[in-house]
Amino acid sequence: MTPTHGQTLAEKILARASGSDTVVPGQIVEGAVDLAMMHEQGAQTVGPYHQMGAERVWDPDRVVIAIDHWVPASTEGAAVLHRILRKFAEEAGLPHFYDVGQHGICHQILAENGWVVPGDLAVGTDSHTNMLGAMGAVAAGIGPTEMAAVLALGRLWLKVPPTVQVRVRGRFGPAVTAKDLVLRILGEIRTTGAQYKAVEYSGPTIAGLSMPERFTICNMTTEMGAKTGMVAPDQTTFDYLAKIAKHPMHPMGPDPDAHYERVVDLDVEGMPPMVACPYSPDNVRPLPDVVREHISVDQVFLGSCTNARIEDLREGAALMKGQKVAKGVRFIVSPASTSIYEQCLREGIIETFTEAGAVFTNSSCSACFGGNMGILAPDEVCASSSNRNFPGRMGAKEARIYLMSPAAVVATAIKGEIADPREYA
Amino acid sequence: MQDVIEGRVWTLGTDVDTDQIISGKYLTIIDPNELKKHVFEIALPEFAKEARAGDILVAGENFGCGSSREHAPQAMRAIGVGAVVADSFARIFFRNAINLGIPTVEARGVRAIFSPGDTARIEMRAGRITNLRTGASVSFPPLPAHLIELLEAGGLVEKVRRELELRRGKGTASP
Ligand code: SF4
Repeated sequence: MTPTHGQTLAEKILARASGSDTVVPGQIVEGAVDLAMMHEQGAQTVGPYHQMGAERVWDPDRVVIAIDHWVPASTEGAAVLHRILRKFAEEAGLPHFYDVGQHGICHQILAENGWVVPGDLAVGTDSHTNMLGAMGAVAAGIGPTEMAAVLALGRLWLKVPPTVQVRVRGRFGPAVTAKDLVLRILGEIRTTGAQYKAVEYSGPTIAGLSMPERFTICNMTTEMGAKTGMVAPDQTTFDYLAKIAKHPMHPMGPDPDAHYERVVDLDVEGMPPMVACPYSPDNVRPLPDVVREHISVDQVFLGSCTNARIEDLREGAALMKGQKVAKGVRFIVSPASTSIYEQCLREGIIETFTEAGAVFTNSSCSACFGGNMGILAPDEVCASSSNRNFPGRMGAKEARIYLMSPAAVVATAIKGEIADPREYA
Repeated sequence: MQDVIEGRVWTLGTDVDTDQIISGKYLTIIDPNELKKHVFEIALPEFAKEARAGDILVAGENFGCGSSREHAPQAMRAIGVGAVVADSFARIFFRNAINLGIPTVEARGVRAIFSPGDTARIEMRAGRITNLRTGASVSFPPLPAHLIELLEAGGLVEKVRRELELRRGKGTASP
């Protein structure tokens, strides 16, 4: 099929993956996979993989396994999942296994080790695989049965998505971050606004963001219902990957005359910090409005693949220094990977949080998903730097979760109620 | 996959996410027969006990949003859900359900024409869903050939198994 106009970044990458010159939205293509990632849910890949009669993994050097949801195993069930994966990695000869000790949240493991590079088609057994689109790749979550087919064949079917372009300009005000921006975008696009679509982030503000900030934004593209969220690669991307890229890149950018299904223009000049209120990540309000309601919190969580990189923890520690966690508040801080944990150790960040009365945990998904630790009781309120606040996400279905930036969660931990980080800057 | 599917209807609202289908605390369960006891514990608590094989789920917008957990459609398959129909689906849920061989149909406006306990008739190829109690119906674009093929094979496992067999030359496929 020949389009009458240029191609978006997602279209170009899927054209390359399917060995065509061009593709058009709606077309079903078979794409060759550049990187496949599994976490604990990958334990459910093993059964279907054998039922398919697969005898070998298509390319063991393109498969990464990282365990992150229950590390170290906190239940017998989790221990079994880990054992299934260890055994499978050994039998199938999969060398890139980030086991307890080298562990971290799967997406962060992919990012900091250069497993996804510009032009890739990457898939993972976790919905936030979208985060890796920040590398200028198409990165999407798939289920474990589909992963079995990917391991066996090295490819999967994809419907070429239409692309929504989000163009951002303006400078962030004090204590306003990439998280506030992505919440604002979610407020605009809503949880269904990018269903089955690709979201391409561009404009001067995006160009000025660091890779960690781009990860935060692409991460929450999942909450818009999108297949993938992406930023075209530039010097920032190449610098980040210079020493760590695991395979050759195929950098691509959108054509100037690419066709977008929708264009969203945003100006962040004067934008306040934002917060997503219960029970949906698109229930977004300016933080100052929510602060006025004096909402006291029981728990605060600084963690998750959205916002637990060293930059986030440094920013949080700078606010925390010399302050105390409010009485009656449990503050959980969980770095996104073991290497970030080590960096925190070197920089005294663990000490800062611990002295203030926070619990600094080992790296994992931690309290993000309500199945491991930091689980909420009915009617409790939590301020979190993570990405979801649906009913039951962090424990009891009545518990209320407010999503915000790392700086805002730290301010909230200090004050004991939802707070504006600008009060503490 | 049958071309015409009929069954008793259970209804669900909008934005029913995977946490509400199978909550995070059950994610270490692998056995689908164990999982099915906890399905919809948050969104539709009576379902796990009272659902019968062949029942049809009718939901609003964005059904199955949230995580990529296949536990959600796996539990539905273990119960023997006849089809899942919604105004719209979250993409990973849709893929997972189709890959497991569950007839999954996106039909705008479908939620509005059903109440709990109604009987639905789905004509997969014609692209129509009818409420047999009220006579109301909505049409939908039939699934693309590729997905019909997947459902007819009984899901992705079976489809890949046949493909790998063919590759090894053990297949009995006609030319
Ligand atoms: S941190 Fe939360 S959102 Fe990220 S992979 Fe873990 S459970 Fe999922």
